[in-house]
Amino acid sequence: MNLAEGLMNKDKRAAARLITLIESNDTEAINTLSRLYKHTGGAHVIGITGPPGAGKSTLTDKLAKELRQIGKTVGIIAVDPTSPFTGGSILGDRVRMADLYTDAGVFIRSMGTRGHLGGLSKATLGAVKILDIYGFDYIFIETVGVGQSEVDIVKAADTVIMIMVPGLGDDIQAIKAGIMEIGDLFAINKSDREGADRTKVEIEMMLDYNHSDWRPPVLQIVATENKGVKELLEKIQFHREYLQSSNRLIERRRKNSEIEIIDLVQDSLMKRVLQKDNRTEIEKMAKEVALRKLDPYTVSEDLINKIINY
Amino acid sequence: MTRPIRVLVAKPGLDGHDRGAKVIARALRDAGMEVIYTGLRQTPEQIVQSAIQEDVDVVALSILSGAHNHLLPKVVELLKNEKVYEEMLVIGGGVIPDEDIPGLKESGLAGIFTPGTPTQATIDFIKENLKREL
Amino acid sequence: MLEKDKLDQLRKSKCSWSEKKVQKTLNRFPERKQQFVTGSNEKIERLYTPTEVEGQDYENDLGFPGQFPYTRGVQPTMYRGRFWTMRQYAGFATAEESNKRYKYLLEQGQTGLSVAFDLPTQIGYDSDHSLSEGEVGKVGVAIDSLKDMEILFEGIPLDKVSTSMTINAPASVLLAMYIAVAEKQGVSSDQLRGTIQNDILKEYIARGTYIFPTAPSMRLITDIFEFCSKDVPNWNTISISGYHIREAGSSAIQEVAFTLANGIAYVEAAIKAGLDVDTFAPRLSFFFNAHNDLLEEVAKFRAARRLWARIMKERFNAENPKSMQLKFHTQTGGSTLTAQQPDNNIVRVAIQTLAAVLGGTQSLHTNSKDEALALPTEDSVRVALRTQQIVAYESGVAETIDPLGGSYYVESLTDAIEAGAIEYIKKIDHLGGAAQAIEKGYIQKEIMDSSYEYQKQVESNERIVVGMNKFQIKEEAPKGLLRVDPTVGELQKQKINEIKAERNNKAVEEKLSKLKEAAYSDANLMPYIIDAVKEYATLGEVCGVLREVFGEYQQSVIL
Repeated sequence: MNLAEGLMNKDKRAAARLITLIESNDTEAINTLSRLYKHTGGAHVIGITGPPGAGKSTLTDKLAKELRQIGKTVGIIAVDPTSPFTGGSILGDRVRMADLYTDAGVFIRSMGTRGHLGGLSKATLGAVKILDIYGFDYIFIETVGVGQSEVDIVKAADTVIMIMVPGLGDDIQAIKAGIMEIGDLFAINKSDREGADRTKVEIEMMLDYNHSDWRPPVLQIVATENKGVKELLEKIQFHREYLQSSNRLIERRRKNSEIEIIDLVQDSLMKRVLQKDNRTEIEKMAKEVALRKLDPYTVSEDLINKIINY
Repeated sequence: MTRPIRVLVAKPGLDGHDRGAKVIARALRDAGMEVIYTGLRQTPEQIVQSAIQEDVDVVALSILSGAHNHLLPKVVELLKNEKVYEEMLVIGGGVIPDEDIPGLKESGLAGIFTPGTPTQATIDFIKENLKREL
Repeated sequence: MLEKDKLDQLRKSKCSWSEKKVQKTLNRFPERKQQFVTGSNEKIERLYTPTEVEGQDYENDLGFPGQFPYTRGVQPTMYRGRFWTMRQYAGFATAEESNKRYKYLLEQGQTGLSVAFDLPTQIGYDSDHSLSEGEVGKVGVAIDSLKDMEILFEGIPLDKVSTSMTINAPASVLLAMYIAVAEKQGVSSDQLRGTIQNDILKEYIARGTYIFPTAPSMRLITDIFEFCSKDVPNWNTISISGYHIREAGSSAIQEVAFTLANGIAYVEAAIKAGLDVDTFAPRLSFFFNAHNDLLEEVAKFRAARRLWARIMKERFNAENPKSMQLKFHTQTGGSTLTAQQPDNNIVRVAIQTLAAVLGGTQSLHTNSKDEALALPTEDSVRVALRTQQIVAYESGVAETIDPLGGSYYVESLTDAIEAGAIEYIKKIDHLGGAAQAIEKGYIQKEIMDSSYEYQKQVESNERIVVGMNKFQIKEEAPKGLLRVDPTVGELQKQKINEIKAERNNKAVEEKLSKLKEAAYSDANLMPYIIDAVKEYATLGEVCGVLREVFGEYQQSVIL
């Protein structure tokens, strides 16, 4: 099967296989993506993040169903943590999207974080591009809002939805410092519970410190009962229109591309630094450093010069 | 090894006894595999679409309802129709009488694991019988 | 229970026994294991003496049979009055075949019926639904309409037998059909005796045959409580089940804790719906598992009885003693049976039968030896029933009440299980009650952890299962297993078509639309469901209407 051709012809098997290859950092797959890169950019990419148990998958499921109703196609990438001890993982986000499995206009892919340095965003953003080339109108990236690499992935979206639940209390304070500012939209799920109004007030208060010209809307929803989901979708569309007016989308994507390029450079450099003959060299040098015959500053400078000049 | 083995653990049929499916999911995870769990009451169509989109190496089906002779071969048949069977190892587990096993194997299931099988046996079987390279 | 100075003296003697006698023996003959644990991984001491139960107060903690806190039994004479009800869960393929099996079991001396339904029935699908394919009649009888129910109980006088139905999400519909069949037999609903399982929370936790989301499910349940308290007063409206929680791999403590936590949730829901606790609580019944660790199991039943009595009295201020009595059905542990050397299962079931009887069960189902392989054959069902009869008539354990009461070990275990369960219930209360704890996946995860731990112990041979990981033999594949006729699905489809052609379709439509209206309001749905099934609306049609109004439950998976 020619994967590039398959992908362009909307073959889900090709898309699925390419994602596997990108996840394994396969050079040929990367070449394919770079060749087909010009076909990306058509999809509206939405990041969904929030604490575990907030209802991310359920919300994704409902949003996808709403979009299907109006004839839009949807790709979904659900990221779950990999165990640092065994390297294995159980990815269970699909469970809440069972009705969508057989929908021809939907593609769902679960990914483990696999603990690779920086490689996570490379893999997931690669998967997003694959689904973009495939031609999905909307692509959701769903991930737990913990850990910098996961935040980075979500940040790469055109629209970021922060999903919260009532009664987090102190947690909001904690989350605020790290990732609250990346939210373009706030959805308080399970808003039929006590404390939903207080959570809304707390988020609104926090947003008062935000001085950009986009004031993130804060919505109260009950995803399991499909309450507030339509309204949320309207706000997503609204955010999209906002981005599309006066080149904001291009500007946002430019910023994200900048981050992506730096990431890729870092990733690639690290890989070269850590390749086998360098490793042996580093080990040798480390001994010299330990014996105080060399200093670590000079050693690392020399190593970088060697790689760059190479 | 360049990547973990990816396994779809699915429950075809209507029975809700997922203890076995969950135990095997955990054991595979602890053996370093990436397990995609699809939940209860999955139709063969749902299972096959999940297997395709998740591009798994293994499809593991757990069934206790007694409908195995009907549902398991159906999954294999659909995988063949979608031209992914050649790359996916399909195995089954649950309350399945010994006398049904030859028929199921003939239909394309690579292995059947009945109650009392150590999880390690399933892990070893998967590692030894993968149909494609990682 | 002893005076303080006597206890102090005893403690000293025990110390000296341990230091001198035991140590000497240990030096020469070490014990088999570093640590001994129960089937649920609770630590077991070398010896139990009065010092282990010194905190126990006889009148407060044990009391007398038929008196609060019912630790020793719910009836004053227990099995000296009459034996427990021997009730074998059975139901195969079609109503016709099941009817035959019931008549056989009644002839064999069984005293109550227990109906197993197939999975489509349990999930509210008719036999002609696409998801029913391959499942019709497999694990029980297929019931699509009142017609099937009439056949199921043909020739069985419903005023004479008590019938237990393992049905949960669509319990209202099956109960409605039962009431309608009785009416046709000329038996009024106040003469009916039996039980519906009707326990949706454990379906979410462990068994998986749910349909509707939590809130409407709880409403259906409290509707039944209310309806039956007036119209079917001798009916046990719910069987709050730990059985499946244990089958899913929980410990004994978890079985008690999560079952009673679910019980608390139902009581709270009913009170919230405006019912008085003493009107419905006497009809709550329970359903537990019996595993192989004989003494731990006996203690489990006693602890559950005592704890429930205390909860009803102290937490819910129940006044009617019947509200405080935990009456329960027991089934021997399906997950303890091995596919290897299936004859050994007869012995396991015998031990479990003893556990249930020594624990004071009100009724008992004994598993057949071949259930780890397939549905049981008639022969193996008979042996299972005979096991109960041997324990009843020959073992002597039924001749006095709670014969293990006062055993230092059993009493100490009883205390420990109660204390452990209280801890769990506190945690669940903290999470907002059982329904919330389930939604958060807390209960499922606790069970899964126990289950995985057990699996690892078996695989490392830390825990021995005879014939499976020790004492194995080469064996032939068993033959003569019961097979369900694969044409059952077609047969049922045909029956549905006939019914739909014969019945008054206009009346059906009308009753269903009334039901729908009622579902949107807060009216009690039972009368509407009875009206609909009497017109031969199918189970799938009735559940379909409710699905439309209520939506469906979404599983929350935690591994």
